[in-house]
Amino acid sequence: MRFKDANHLFRLAAVFAAGILIFLLARGLLVPKSFGQYGHFRGDALAEIKKQPPHYAGHEACEACHSDVLEQKVKGKHIRVNCEACHGPLAKHAEDPGGTTPEKLDTAKLCVRCHEANAGKPKWFPQVVSADHSAGLACAECHKPHNPAIVAEEKTASAAPASPAGKGAKK
Amino acid sequence: MNIDRRRFLVLLPAAALAWEHVLAGTPEQASNYNTSEHWWGMLVDIEKCIGCGSCVRACQQENNVPDGYYRTWIERYRIKEVNGVETLEVDSPDGGKNGFPNDTEPGVKQFFVPKMCNHCADSPCTQVCPVGATFVSPDGVVLIDEKYCLGCRYCIQACPYGCRFLHPQKEVAQKCTLCYHRITQGLTTACCENCPTGARQLADLKNPKDPIHEFLRTHKVQVLKPHLATKAKLYYNGLDGAVR
Repeated sequence: MRFKDANHLFRLAAVFAAGILIFLLARGLLVPKSFGQYGHFRGDALAEIKKQPPHYAGHEACEACHSDVLEQKVKGKHIRVNCEACHGPLAKHAEDPGGTTPEKLDTAKLCVRCHEANAGKPKWFPQVVSADHSAGLACAECHKPHNPAIVAEEKTASAAPASPAGKGAKK
Repeated sequence: MNIDRRRFLVLLPAAALAWEHVLAGTPEQASNYNTSEHWWGMLVDIEKCIGCGSCVRACQQENNVPDGYYRTWIERYRIKEVNGVETLEVDSPDGGKNGFPNDTEPGVKQFFVPKMCNHCADSPCTQVCPVGATFVSPDGVVLIDEKYCLGCRYCIQACPYGCRFLHPQKEVAQKCTLCYHRITQGLTTACCENCPTGARQLADLKNPKDPIHEFLRTHKVQVLKPHLATKAKLYYNGLDGAVR
């Protein structure tokens, strides 16, 4: 049997073909070029996330100029405490040392952030009850923050506080 | 310059192709960072964590995290026995940002657990995203494409570790990026940079010289919720069985 009205099918096929073409064109325009570059996501997103400027310069940037501080630190227990952990984010200062200068720190508030006694802290970590230990006196009055151990000859009878609750760090 | 029509028509597609490359830029070649050479993770040594909150503060400042939201936070676990029954208390005041009040009650087992995105290799959060806005990068970091995120919150529900939140102004999901902008520049993450005891350490599992390999070989290291088979890359040393 011969199919008479084949034209209907051709027209239908043309409509489908046009539809598929429009879909492919729209998809090409709407899906970003880098989508699928590495996986099911926009590859350009990686570069965009990388662009965020860092606020913390990293201790290596600090040590490049402040080698004198590093010399003090290597002798003491604070060698692994990086500069910006106390001094705050200073990437701007690292870029333009004259433009931004670090703020002066209040050791009475700063040191207790780590060294205030807390039963949850590991036993090896040196801890004090600051009220008993120094009675509000700034820690820097006796301890040098970059190398905090008090050497025997530097101790004076008036300035020496009570011994700390915890023993010195093992590591 | 003298060009006839034929030559002009021949050059036109080539010029269009070249212009496309100019528009696209070549960020990947610009730096010497190669994504295929890294596989990032992190090591947290609970026995070194003092709960000072330096990591939380550093993360908030580095990544402009809004107040009351945390990409990393510290939990304090307090385990005690009352009439032979073990009770567990977990607190995290302001994410542990300003430390913890001292609990001097005797006979209580106490410790701090820093938490953040586990950067799972088989991550549930990336699998549920309907638009491909969150993904595992070729170097093993779970990231969010903020331009593509719809804010549907599906990933926030899917994360078994509770590490995601919806940014209150941008209305997109946010989470720890493992400081992707820093680690691709050769810096460490803000939390690792500021941890005073070295309780957190960034680890490149593809770098054979990274001390992580020696550490994993010589210590008893655990990940959170291993039964979920997320292939988490946040390794904990000294993790108590009570931690969830």
